Amino acid sequence: MTGNRTVTVVAACLFLALFAGSVFSLREVDAARGQDATMEEILYLPSGKTVKHLSLGYSSLLADIYWTRAVQYFGGRLGQPSMRYDLLYPLLDITTDLDPHLLEAYQSGSVFLSQPQPEGAGQPDKAVALLEKGIRENPSYWRLYFTLGFVHYIDRRDFKSAQEAFEKGSNVPGALPFMKVMAARMAERSDDISTAMYLWKAVYEVTADPTVKETAMKHLASLQATLDMAELARRVQFYREKAGALPTSWTDLVRTGLLRGVPLDPNGAAYKLMPDGTIQVEDPRKFPFLSPGRR
Amino acid sequence: MTSRLAAIALNTFREAVRDRVLYNLILFVLLLVASAPLFSQISIGMERMILVNVALSSISLFGVIIAIFIGIGLVSKEIEKKTLYTILSRPVRRWEFIVGKYLGLMVTLVVNALLMTAGFYLALLITAHGLKKTDALLLVAVYFTILQFLMVTAITLLFSSFSTPIFSAIFAFALFVIGTFAEDLRTFATMSHGATKWVVSAVAYIVPNFASLNVIAQVGYGQPVGGRMIVLNTLYALFYSAAVAAAAVMVFERRNLK
Amino acid sequence: MLAIEIQGLSKDYAVGFWKKRLRPALRPLNLSVKSGETFGFLGPNGAGKTTTLKLLMGIIFPTAGSATILGKDFHDPEVKRRIGFLPEQPYFYDYLSAPELLDYYARLSGMPPTGRSQRVTQLLERVGLGDVGSKHLRKFSKGMLQRVGIAQAIIHDPEVLFFDEPMSGLDPLGRHEIRELLQSLKDDGKTVFFSTHILSDAEALCDRVAVIHKGELRGIGVVNDLRAGIAEKAEVIWEGAHALSGVAGSLAESHVTGETVRGVVRSQDIDLLLEKLRQQRARLISVTPLQGTLEEYFLSKTADQEAKA
Repeated sequence: MTGNRTVTVVAACLFLALFAGSVFSLREVDAARGQDATMEEILYLPSGKTVKHLSLGYSSLLADIYWTRAVQYFGGRLGQPSMRYDLLYPLLDITTDLDPHLLEAYQSGSVFLSQPQPEGAGQPDKAVALLEKGIRENPSYWRLYFTLGFVHYIDRRDFKSAQEAFEKGSNVPGALPFMKVMAARMAERSDDISTAMYLWKAVYEVTADPTVKETAMKHLASLQATLDMAELARRVQFYREKAGALPTSWTDLVRTGLLRGVPLDPNGAAYKLMPDGTIQVEDPRKFPFLSPGRR
Repeated sequence: MTSRLAAIALNTFREAVRDRVLYNLILFVLLLVASAPLFSQISIGMERMILVNVALSSISLFGVIIAIFIGIGLVSKEIEKKTLYTILSRPVRRWEFIVGKYLGLMVTLVVNALLMTAGFYLALLITAHGLKKTDALLLVAVYFTILQFLMVTAITLLFSSFSTPIFSAIFAFALFVIGTFAEDLRTFATMSHGATKWVVSAVAYIVPNFASLNVIAQVGYGQPVGGRMIVLNTLYALFYSAAVAAAAVMVFERRNLK
Repeated sequence: MLAIEIQGLSKDYAVGFWKKRLRPALRPLNLSVKSGETFGFLGPNGAGKTTTLKLLMGIIFPTAGSATILGKDFHDPEVKRRIGFLPEQPYFYDYLSAPELLDYYARLSGMPPTGRSQRVTQLLERVGLGDVGSKHLRKFSKGMLQRVGIAQAIIHDPEVLFFDEPMSGLDPLGRHEIRELLQSLKDDGKTVFFSTHILSDAEALCDRVAVIHKGELRGIGVVNDLRAGIAEKAEVIWEGAHALSGVAGSLAESHVTGETVRGVVRSQDIDLLLEKLRQQRARLISVTPLQGTLEEYFLSKTADQEAKA
């Protein structure tokens, strides 16, 4: 005999019913708020400095939370039309105000910012601002200089600034040698494929972020394909001059010793020989960065 | 039944009003609100915004602390001091005691919040030399804060019905902090799979969710809150608090007191 | 008419952190109190007196057994309108004044608003607190708090009263006044059930007493008999409840706990009773002449007797 049984039973039933009601209402609240609500709160926050003061010493924890939100929100929605690109920079700005040494936010965040849509926000100038802030707060971290140079070269086509960045970064103790190499190439204004490939290879090696590694791979594949196709086009021309007509398939070129086998693209699929002598890739979707003049 | 509930609720309110510690806390908050205009000197052009943010945040945070502080005494103190014995020897049902105490505490907190809001409006009047139309929006923020009190108090009541004052306070405050980030928990749940998803989802709904009730920044910018949001949030807070109170009744009904 | 009837009420506590052992705080208790009686519940500290009262008030729940008060189940909230309780060393809301407290309790006990405040004033006079005014209970002395305690127990004019150590911690003057109060309640015809370890109080006020020790009821006796000083009666304890029907006629009183029976018989009938019990194959456990003071009775009952049932 422990208390009034009727009361216990009624309370238990009420509890279940009311809890179910709370779950239901909460889901309705979520639906009414919209997916971007929490993200939009960023826009309503006062400056990062004020938030830092208000966070009472827990600013690095708060920074982690904001950064996690950023990764979840943007990582999950990359490429979708509903992406709120305008929220990315304010989010990164506040995060790095809260924790100026959250290097990942500068690194991955700036790459996200500068890449053209839909892979990124398409705001390379904001990326530069973010990276410069990161360098101010973390002057001994040379990789920020690397990313800065990268953004200047790849997305802003500003060789001078890129050279400066690589140069300054190469002087930081611990910087890897390719920084000097990149500085030199920028000085020569070498805007060729091998420079780009060198850069993307460096990106691939430097970063730990798998998403960025994947992007670098895709870039390298596209650049390789561009090189391949240019070379293949030359051999097709050579054949035409020799044979007097365009080859009908790769076997023609193999027969004449111009190729050793069917040429394969970095993904392993065969290149397509078009009737007019141009070369195309089997699956253009696998080479998102492949287009004339794009790096 | 109602006369007993009313008697217990009113007595709880009377107890809170005569509690000297409570006075000090409220005084502290009023001081904070009064000094908010000083904060705004730091940031030119943003005086109003800063004032609103600091004042409303103080009301929210300290209101919760007061809620927890009085709330833990609701049942724990009565058991420890044995004042409960002479109550239970009367025709008072155990559940009436719990519910009566909860109602009394809610009345206390609402009065508390209104007092602090009045002080806040006074500060606003002085700093901004007049009130704008959008200042009515601020009342929505206060209302949502009161909804948060409803939920936190219910949680404190639940812990108070089986735990000591210290632990009740710790758990209740911890849940308050978790509740502020509960939305991130639910986002995490939607992105995970299998058993983790279920466990995290369950936890995310069991803890209170304060994300949609934190509109301080929003109203500071003069952004209105939709009527539908107000209704839905009210429903959520009421359902949640009532559910937790029902759980408290269940626990207390079966408990052997010291 | 029985005001209180307790049947097999027991309470065990689970103790120990990993392996739970059972510690019996109260072994199955059988007891009844007649209407209008003043009944003393005696025992040393830790005997189980407070446990019994807490069980009856519904503050803790029994492991087994039941009880009725005024014929109704003891958990029935409505019956609580007709009882009053004073716990041991009570503590009341210290932020209230005495009249406020009494009014609050009166409301909770269901007293209607008309005449309530007069009754409060009257009662404060009666318990000797007529001049406390609006002083907060925080400032009351122990003796004053005890009086408030009695006042709250009787404000709604209940028929049955339960007091747990009503004299504890009082100075001689205070104890005298409380004793007088209890006497006046008795004169009003109330049933009073109180626990104490002070024998002189029990002797002065009670009609009957029960002795409890280490959670177990050791004996029940009529105070007058125990005070007589002459061994007019004897208490006989045996095992074999079936024998009761055959000997009930010669017993002044009997009490059954499971298989054990306690009977009170006139001294001259002892031999006859023992003979009948032998015939019925009942197992005799003890024969105790009821003589001497209550104190001697108490001491004999609380001496450690592991051999007994």
